[in-house]
Amino acid sequence: MGGGITLDHFLVLSLIIFGLGLFTVLTRRNAIGILMGIELILNSANINYLAFAFYGGGKYDGQIFAIFVIMLAAAEAVIGLAVVLAIYQNFKTIDVDATETLSG
Amino acid sequence: MDLGNIASLTHFYPELIMVTGVLVIVILDLALTDKQYLGDLALITAAGSLMAIGLEAPHAGAWLFHRMLVFDSFAIYFRALIALAAVIGVWMSIGSEEVKTCDQGEYYAILLASAFAMFLMAESANLLMAYLALEFVSLTSYILTGFLRHNRRSLEAALKYLIYGGVASGTMIYGMSWIFGITGSLDFTVINRALSAPGHLPVLAVFIALVLILTGMGYKVASVPFHMWAPDVYTGAPIPITTFLAIGSKAAGFALLTRFFFPAISTLTAGGSWTALAGVDWPQLLLFICIITMTLGNLAALQQTNMKRLLAYSSIAQAGYALMGFVVLSNDGIRAMLFYLFAYYLMDAGAFLVVMIVANSTGREDIDAYRGLAWRGGIVPAIALTIFLFSLTGIPLTIGFIGKFYLFAAVIRGQFYVLAIVGILNSVVSLYYYLRPIRTMFFDQPQGDEGVVKFEPWNYGLMGVLACAIIALGLYWQPIIAFADRSLNFFVGPA
Repeated sequence: MGGGITLDHFLVLSLIIFGLGLFTVLTRRNAIGILMGIELILNSANINYLAFAFYGGGKYDGQIFAIFVIMLAAAEAVIGLAVVLAIYQNFKTIDVDATETLSG
Repeated sequence: MDLGNIASLTHFYPELIMVTGVLVIVILDLALTDKQYLGDLALITAAGSLMAIGLEAPHAGAWLFHRMLVFDSFAIYFRALIALAAVIGVWMSIGSEEVKTCDQGEYYAILLASAFAMFLMAESANLLMAYLALEFVSLTSYILTGFLRHNRRSLEAALKYLIYGGVASGTMIYGMSWIFGITGSLDFTVINRALSAPGHLPVLAVFIALVLILTGMGYKVASVPFHMWAPDVYTGAPIPITTFLAIGSKAAGFALLTRFFFPAISTLTAGGSWTALAGVDWPQLLLFICIITMTLGNLAALQQTNMKRLLAYSSIAQAGYALMGFVVLSNDGIRAMLFYLFAYYLMDAGAFLVVMIVANSTGREDIDAYRGLAWRGGIVPAIALTIFLFSLTGIPLTIGFIGKFYLFAAVIRGQFYVLAIVGILNSVVSLYYYLRPIRTMFFDQPQGDEGVVKFEPWNYGLMGVLACAIIALGLYWQPIIAFADRSLNFFVGPA
């Protein structure tokens, strides 16, 4: 299968992307940046599903899961951007530290 | 029984009623100019759904929609709880001043859709379905939290909820992908069979996958360390939504957590105890999480000055108590947990309802607004809040005491003595912050700037029902524990 690329390569790739996504979420202060980090996390899971489905053989569960994740990521982005837009209208910034009024 | 799409509908009436309600509300919202009856329609829908659940056959068991959902008595219990949350949420929304300015049609449609999604969460028998349902609940909750579009706190809460929720559910599906890779299936029964089959089990991989999955489910029940969103979201959201999330969303989370960690990856042995997978030590991890959750929730609640925030931390601590029934790995414990969730429903909804009554009249949520509440027209809410807080503490003659009694009995029978001691110490600590509002209401003199609490028949009605139920069921709890007992039946079917 494909020039010596094995399941492990995909798993390592997805692990790296998962780590990058988590790192983005934890370090970014810009709301849009954080949403992009969440997308990375979702897509790292997608890579896993596709790789497992491809190398595991058999049914299409993995591919179907990935399609649903892509769809839900879009739905989440819609709501996320709507909230960010409303935040911008009220706070004039989308920096998550600057919008901090609830704490304690 | 493995039912197809059409045959499944006969076990799907409560959900169908909910969905019909959503569609009718959306259409009427477009057609009508006078929108004040949409709330009543939503209330009728939620109540109709609750009644449909009551009429369902108690001992049935079947796979629905080609093994996507499972219909069993465990699902009936949680669907009853969730429909009850929807009824309480809609009832409070109708009586809330905050929600009156919102777009009524969208608000009630999304609220009912959220309840529908929670039904699915309680019934899912497949990792894909579990993820879809959990995300459906999350998406609707984000919208409802940020519904006060010109209120900064509401929007900030929605943003935080969205960020924490996105990360938690993303982490969860990453963990699910490992389970999928290890077992080759998304179906709970097949996963169980693959994991418990003799042979080499990748213990470390399974453990990490379970921890990742626990992130998503733990975030729904607001257990430490995935609790950070809860205080902010509970404070920022409109009070009826706070209540709906605090009871409904938490119950749905517990339903999914129980269904995944018991029938899907553990095996039931004779004598009603569950055995975890050999070598995969998630019970120990959950025990740790449970202890931290109740301790941190109670300690953080000690210094709160906002009632909503205080109740938010208290609800984290309450989730920790309910988890005690989870970690003892026995049917005894699960039954105690089911009973405690019902008790928690009544007392937490009641406490938030009183907060809403005070906020309706005064517009304030801080504890200072309760100064001398009993002596400025609010004697009835003050007495009711006292009952709710006593029940949350676990004082005898309330249902909260009975719930804690069952939990501690299960813990001691399972010989988790350290857990029992920590739980009892926590109850003592919680007494301090639960008594503080009571002292403020009865023993502090009003200083004149707090405003008068108006009499609102609609809200007082629900408050009376909840307070009476807490006392009545605290004296005669047999029907509820019998219902919980009947619900201990997971359908795993012939695989």
